Amino acid sequence: MDLIFRARVGELLLNTVLLMLVTVPACVILGVGGAWLVERTRLRGHKWWAVLLAAPLAIPAFVNSYAWVSAVPSLAGLWSGVLIATLSYFPLVYIPAAATLSRLDPAIEQSAASLGLGAWRTFFRVVIPQLRIAVTGGALLVSLHLLAEYGAFAMIRFDTFTTAIMVQYQSTFNGPAGNMLASVLVFMCLILLLVEVRGRGNSRYARIGSGAQARPLRLPLRAYQLPAQLFLVALTALAFGLPLTFVLRWIFAGGPDSWAADEFLPALLQTLAYGLAGALATTAVAFPMAYLAVRHPGWFSKALELSNYITSSMPGIVVGLAFVTISINAAPNLYQTSALLISAYVLLFLPRALVTIRSGLAQAPKELDEAAQALGKPPLLAFLRVTLRLTAPAAAGGAALVFLAIVNELTATLLLSPNGTRTLATEFWSKSSEIDYAGAAPYALLMILISAPMTYLLFQQSKKAAGQ
Amino acid sequence: MTYFSHSRLPEPRIAASVATSTNSHLKIDAVTKNFGSQSVLMGVTLSVAKGGTTAIVGPSGSGKTTLLRLIAGFEHPDTGRISLSGSQVAGEGDWVPAHKRNVGYVAQDGGLFPHLSVGQNISFGLDAGKLPGGHRRVKVRVAELLRMVSLDPEMAKRRPHQLSGGQQQRVALARALAREPELMLLDEPFSALDAGLRVATRRAVGKVLQDAGITTILVTHDQGEALSFADQVAVMRGGRLAQIGNPFIVYTRPADRATAEFLGDAVILDAWMEGSLATCSLGGIPVRRPPAQGRVQLMLRPEQIRIAEDGPIRGVVVDTDYFGPETTVRLKLSVPPILGKATAADHRYHGGGEIITIRHWNASIARPGAELCLRVVGEAVAFPMEDLPSTSPAGTPGTGLS
Ligand SMILES: Nc1ncnc2c1ncn2[C@@H]1O[C@H](COP(=O)(O)OP(=O)(O)O)[C@@H](O)[C@H]1O
Ligand SMILES: [Mg+2]
Repeated sequence: MDLIFRARVGELLLNTVLLMLVTVPACVILGVGGAWLVERTRLRGHKWWAVLLAAPLAIPAFVNSYAWVSAVPSLAGLWSGVLIATLSYFPLVYIPAAATLSRLDPAIEQSAASLGLGAWRTFFRVVIPQLRIAVTGGALLVSLHLLAEYGAFAMIRFDTFTTAIMVQYQSTFNGPAGNMLASVLVFMCLILLLVEVRGRGNSRYARIGSGAQARPLRLPLRAYQLPAQLFLVALTALAFGLPLTFVLRWIFAGGPDSWAADEFLPALLQTLAYGLAGALATTAVAFPMAYLAVRHPGWFSKALELSNYITSSMPGIVVGLAFVTISINAAPNLYQTSALLISAYVLLFLPRALVTIRSGLAQAPKELDEAAQALGKPPLLAFLRVTLRLTAPAAAGGAALVFLAIVNELTATLLLSPNGTRTLATEFWSKSSEIDYAGAAPYALLMILISAPMTYLLFQQSKKAAGQ
Repeated sequence: MTYFSHSRLPEPRIAASVATSTNSHLKIDAVTKNFGSQSVLMGVTLSVAKGGTTAIVGPSGSGKTTLLRLIAGFEHPDTGRISLSGSQVAGEGDWVPAHKRNVGYVAQDGGLFPHLSVGQNISFGLDAGKLPGGHRRVKVRVAELLRMVSLDPEMAKRRPHQLSGGQQQRVALARALAREPELMLLDEPFSALDAGLRVATRRAVGKVLQDAGITTILVTHDQGEALSFADQVAVMRGGRLAQIGNPFIVYTRPADRATAEFLGDAVILDAWMEGSLATCSLGGIPVRRPPAQGRVQLMLRPEQIRIAEDGPIRGVVVDTDYFGPETTVRLKLSVPPILGKATAADHRYHGGGEIITIRHWNASIARPGAELCLRVVGEAVAFPMEDLPSTSPAGTPGTGLS
């Protein structure tokens, strides 16, 4: 048993490492290349392409996987995993890279040129180093997603740690084997965090100086215009067009029967309810933390942020298992309650809210709060009318991102939801697991429709954040 | 007005034009403030008369903003007391929060609320419910305030980001004036404006505040602004007030060399003090209250040294800098003839050969190499020898200290 188990761990480790070794570089190349084409060349229709390249993010990876399996039923194993993961996750690199490129001060490139560097050498010696933070950050996100993803890989029968833990959990409830696998997964996440801290480096690339910034330079594409357009058409067709097409095809194939309102409506309402409750709870927890970090920075707020950074990088399955174990042992009457599920969402998605609220708080300096006090408003009223009011848009943006994440969350929801809970994601999952692809299609379409505006919001926000 | 001498200096050399402490509006008494291990204020004592204008001037980082924030009630003092109109607002367990002090505050960048229109910013501190006439009265008052700071009442509809820097400053002032505070604190409100606008805005703001009879404290690092704006100047350095007095006195009779050099260009020479006459390369110069006898440092303002055909002192032009209305002339002093004969070998006097910088309106008379005749007008200020500054600014090279 032990020997078999060890061989199993070795196989999972090999799968996971190979998956990351191929997918992460692929995502970086597609993401940076796309960002460069869109932001730095005279690409025709670059405004449209800028949005289209972010669009695949609106399609949950497990829906992408479902569409690809419908298109090519024989898909299975490592290379299928690489294909689907790359197409699903390259926008995670593209979005920050594009934001950084659009913000880079052309004056820096011009001074490089005046120091005698040619266009290509300028690109590699000045532009690429400035992309470092964006790219390492994006690559970390991709890696964490690869470790955490369950649905997309389970659908094509590609085994990673997460899928194996899920199988263990479902067969031998909370067995020690599952916990052992989970600890390997945790260990891998921690290593990734360390690598990212290293790779990010200490340099700051903020723009120095004041005054309005000129628009970035764009290189003429000339003969490369057509190949560039073809490349982008192919990429969006595979990452966005194909999944959307197959979801729609299944919907037409299923006809009106698959929209059975008595199944469909509760799932939609429950998803919205969980999404809203989770988003509100997460924002409510994130606000004081962000406030502390911005207004009263100190060891406490730093420790809080660090611990949050680590927990948030944990895959949903690990957080789910931890919550199951703790609640069964310590608070059995909490087990499988919606309160427990919402706390798991808070823990998983807190950083999304934190990051946006922090940047919002930075827009509301404490001097404004003090100005309100000097104008006769008591501290609490000053806080409500100035700081809270100025942070509200950012907090709403953060809440929207958390909402999006909850709508598409599958793993922790499967583990922790109360009996009888049906969300769009779990319902989609149970239908497609039963090979009822037509029945699953409406849920997929709804997840895409809910995600689309949020993805656009995320895209806009990244541009704005980079602009400051 | 009061005079506060540097602790290392002997008794005041300057007659303090003392303000009666009974009508002082603001009293700060031995206030200290630390941030962590850094002492930012180290015992500040200041009293501001009702309706007066006080400028706190000092290099950046000297603690001016911190002092202002203590007065406004944004920070607690570590020790010491602050009282407004005779009642203690901070210190010894007393604490009146910022919103109850009725103190106006205008920050460096104006600090307008970006989410509110200009009109809403100005009426922020007004309580529509409490004003007779309610909302209509508020509107009238906003227009009134805008006119007061020389802005078009139509601007009430605009957003802060649609205003220029100078306009934002005026709106910030109008906002602070709306509650009719008795004390107005201005923290470098003009430093973000360009030179021409700065003078105009400063005049306008000064006039508004004076007309309203509001006690004003202006913080600035610009000595010209401090001297022209206020009737009391407090010079701040390293968390202490080095000198307090009226602008003329602090400029012409600074308490120490660092203050002298901070407030403007200074010519500093070694000299020998006997009675109230100091002997140096510029001849014998009267000093009103000599702090010591024997070797001293003598401070003159460049404008006290005039080029005059019958002047008794000679200097050779080293070089000049042309500034338009005036020219800066660097001169190498020769040993004055009166001294040359009588005291050439005098052990008490080591002068001669110093390079000083003066100003003159006529660029053409000062060609390098030319010999000029000079005359000194007025009195000099003497500092004891041990009062050496840590830095010697570029304006006074070759003062013969070495
Ligand atoms: N909130 C604070 N925390 C820590 N140090 C501060 C704080 N406020 C000011 N200081 C320090 O106090 C010193 C004086 O600051 P400040 O009063 O702003 O000077 P000034 O306005 O004269 O330039 C500076 O060295 C500054 O770094
Ligand atoms: Mg300051």
